[in-house]
Amino acid sequence: MRLIAQVGDWFDRRLQLAAPIREAAEHPVPRNTASWFYVFGSAALTIFMLQIVTGILLALIYVPSAGEAWSSLQALNHDVTLGWFIRALHGWGSNFMIAIVLIHMVQVFLFGAYKFPRELTWIVGVLLLLMTLGMAFSGQVLRFDQDAYWGLGIGASIASHVPIIGPVAVKLMLGGPIIAGATLSRFFALHVFVIPGMLIGFVGLHLLMVLKLGINEWPMPGRLVNKATYTNEYHELTKKDGAPFVPYAIWKDLFFAAFILLAVAACAVYFGPFGPTGRPDPTIIQTAPKPDYFFLWLYALLSLLPPSMETPALLVGPVVFILGLLLLPFISGEGEKSWRRRPIAVLTVMLIAVTLGTLTHLAGFTPWSPHMNAWSGDPVPEKFLHRTSALQRQGALVFQVKQCRNCHSLGELGGQRGPALDTVAVRLTQDQLIRQVIQGGGNMPAYGKNLSPAETTALVAFLETLHPAGQSPARDASRDAALGAVPASRNSSQPPGGP
Amino acid sequence: MSNENTLSRRGLFMKLGILFNGLVASALAVPIVGFVLSSITRGRSNAYLSWVPLGSVSEFPEGETRLATFRNPNVMPTDGKTVDTACWVRRVEGEQFQVFAVNCAHLGCPVRWFPQSGLFMCPCHGGAYYRDGARASGPPERGLFEYPHKVQNGLITIQAGELFTPGASASLVEKKPSCA
Repeated sequence: MRLIAQVGDWFDRRLQLAAPIREAAEHPVPRNTASWFYVFGSAALTIFMLQIVTGILLALIYVPSAGEAWSSLQALNHDVTLGWFIRALHGWGSNFMIAIVLIHMVQVFLFGAYKFPRELTWIVGVLLLLMTLGMAFSGQVLRFDQDAYWGLGIGASIASHVPIIGPVAVKLMLGGPIIAGATLSRFFALHVFVIPGMLIGFVGLHLLMVLKLGINEWPMPGRLVNKATYTNEYHELTKKDGAPFVPYAIWKDLFFAAFILLAVAACAVYFGPFGPTGRPDPTIIQTAPKPDYFFLWLYALLSLLPPSMETPALLVGPVVFILGLLLLPFISGEGEKSWRRRPIAVLTVMLIAVTLGTLTHLAGFTPWSPHMNAWSGDPVPEKFLHRTSALQRQGALVFQVKQCRNCHSLGELGGQRGPALDTVAVRLTQDQLIRQVIQGGGNMPAYGKNLSPAETTALVAFLETLHPAGQSPARDASRDAALGAVPASRNSSQPPGGP
Repeated sequence: MSNENTLSRRGLFMKLGILFNGLVASALAVPIVGFVLSSITRGRSNAYLSWVPLGSVSEFPEGETRLATFRNPNVMPTDGKTVDTACWVRRVEGEQFQVFAVNCAHLGCPVRWFPQSGLFMCPCHGGAYYRDGARASGPPERGLFEYPHKVQNGLITIQAGELFTPGASASLVEKKPSCA
């Protein structure tokens, strides 16, 4: 023991770090901040360290070349001992890091921790969030597969919308005129050198400010922040009701950090690494690229925005949102901290969470995308063909062959881009069906040039049979009056046995 | 020792030292910025574009649309398969062609051709186009991108070399009459 103490002394004479470290570790924190709500920051830091270690390990094998990256990932997955596990740890670590950073941010926001004097800590935190998302996107590019390749195309398309500098921004982002070797190399530099370097620097700043300014006290309803008196009040509080951070509060951080690491490892073992999906070969176009989990909401948003809204939403939306986050501590730097007395703050968090959750959920089954194989893969359910005439069956054939099924479902199978057609005859009369098929409209292409009159007649005859057994199809009453007869559809398209 | 109006010898040297470093830094900044921006500056005046053969006209039956591939004119040794590009070639009749980029005019996903319904459909966000490339439905704001092309000695060649993006490629396509 004496030897260890001597060696320690030898180093400390030269480094002189023991005293400041002890001081930092034992600085008094308000007693009630030793809470499970205050563990997310340290958990994010823990995962960041895991990402650095696993990232370095992956770099031992990974080749950042457009020609070889995909094969080197395959080698990691299948040939290198435990390579799959390190990839899985890094991939799951990335998902967990974004989740934890977001939870940390919500906690800080709801506990009013961004208010005076911690404005800069919040701003640096916002920058850290953006860098984390930058790491997630660039990491997805390094997993150089089909999704990465076409995802870059989507990124370039978004960048091209920027007024004036759009085309320049695309070439700068891609490192050339197309997605190729230079593109991967520059995302490698970003993912491995530039953003991690900035992350380390800003994490240091963030932590330094937490130490210098003290951890945010537990917010009490009615205890208002006032710039003139806050600092004294805080020191008073830590003196009166404080406890040393080590060991009073840190044990919860330690337990949670270990738990999160265990959760990452468990996911890595159970679910395995992410991809890579198909080879990044641009001549293979049978692919439907999808972003990673934390960008799915954006993918959904881009599908659902009306075309006229897209450019403003893409360009103005993020700028306004990020500016709002950065300016937040200046807009409400004083006053109430407790979420119990900040209903708008709570509602904002809930609104954003529900929006992102809904969009992510929608992106899970992409109702806006045509099902490319529905026309050949999903047969017309038998019940729709019972007791139909030859013409109507011919129409069902036209319905499949002309890929109507890719966007319209029958019996729950098929695309959801357009409305389900199980009961379309109740909604549209014969004339309206003909018009809709030939002229399109309402986000449906016009089929006039691709259907012969015979095909249209057959198709519409089939569509007119699509109504529930007890419900008669829609009919044009004025036409009945003009023709003075029972509508033709009554005789021809209604299955016998109906009402 | 010194008030605000006097400049000591060492103070002067420090300022000169800062100035000297500033000069060296600006001199070095020229090649550094030049390197960083090289992908932009090289591409000015369409230096990336060249005419690339797609194949013999006879490979494309009249009235049909076929997938063709070509090698991007600018190749770096590390590019791998990424320089092989696909495009949709529509032979209208005789020597009249249309060559479309596979990239959807919405956000660049690869569109697929369905000859039965005469539509290009995009798997990402549901964009659809007619056989002549005109927008049919979905989020795209315009029709499919078209490569400038020419037919010479029974060969069809296209002018290629840049990725089509909805903002960036607008000027390039406007030279041609609209496909719609």
